[in-house]
Amino acid sequence: MTDGKSALAELTEISAQIEAAVVFGADGEVVASTLPGPRAKQVAASARALFEEASRAATGELTHLEAATDDGSLFIVREGDLLIAASTGAEPTAGLVFYDLKACLRKAAEKPKARAKPKPKAAAKPKAKSTRPKSSGKP
Amino acid sequence: MESRRLFAIGLAVGSLLGIGLYARRGRRSSERIDLYFADGSLTSLDAAGWEAARLVAQARDVLRATRQ
Repeated sequence: MTDGKSALAELTEISAQIEAAVVFGADGEVVASTLPGPRAKQVAASARALFEEASRAATGELTHLEAATDDGSLFIVREGDLLIAASTGAEPTAGLVFYDLKACLRKAAEKPKARAKPKPKAAAKPKAKSTRPKSSGKP
Repeated sequence: MESRRLFAIGLAVGSLLGIGLYARRGRRSSERIDLYFADGSLTSLDAAGWEAARLVAQARDVLRATRQ
């Protein structure tokens, strides 16, 4: 996986609506978060419980959830074994938030590309000395 | 003359009442849970329902935890 932190940093940079976000695994383990450690764990556990309960409440495979409250909205998106929970203010643009969260999850799940080995520098060629005599100005 | 005055007063009172009711309707809470499924379908649960109310309460707890 790529650095989940950098995926989250990019997310908070491009989306002004997102206040806080936590990326976590299906087992509840925090992968990356904009919140400090203990709070990130608490948010991940609660968000996971909410998502599971909502899945049980309906038939079908739940992939996205938006809980709109008077204080703000909570978004949870699942993609494969990764989930992301994010909070926004009241009445956010849900489509945009979902799009940004999905992009962030995909980035967090990406396998890091192997770094290309730097090519060995070719030995510097000695400068060819000019054999032409300097003109003295006379023909 | 008197009936015109009464009609005008009735109209004014009715308008005020209408404005008040409309404003109250606008202030009504829009708390809900939207569930999106893999097949592209969406279910919206109004917080007035028992199950959705429980989920909204849970969501409020999570929101509070993010803002502590």
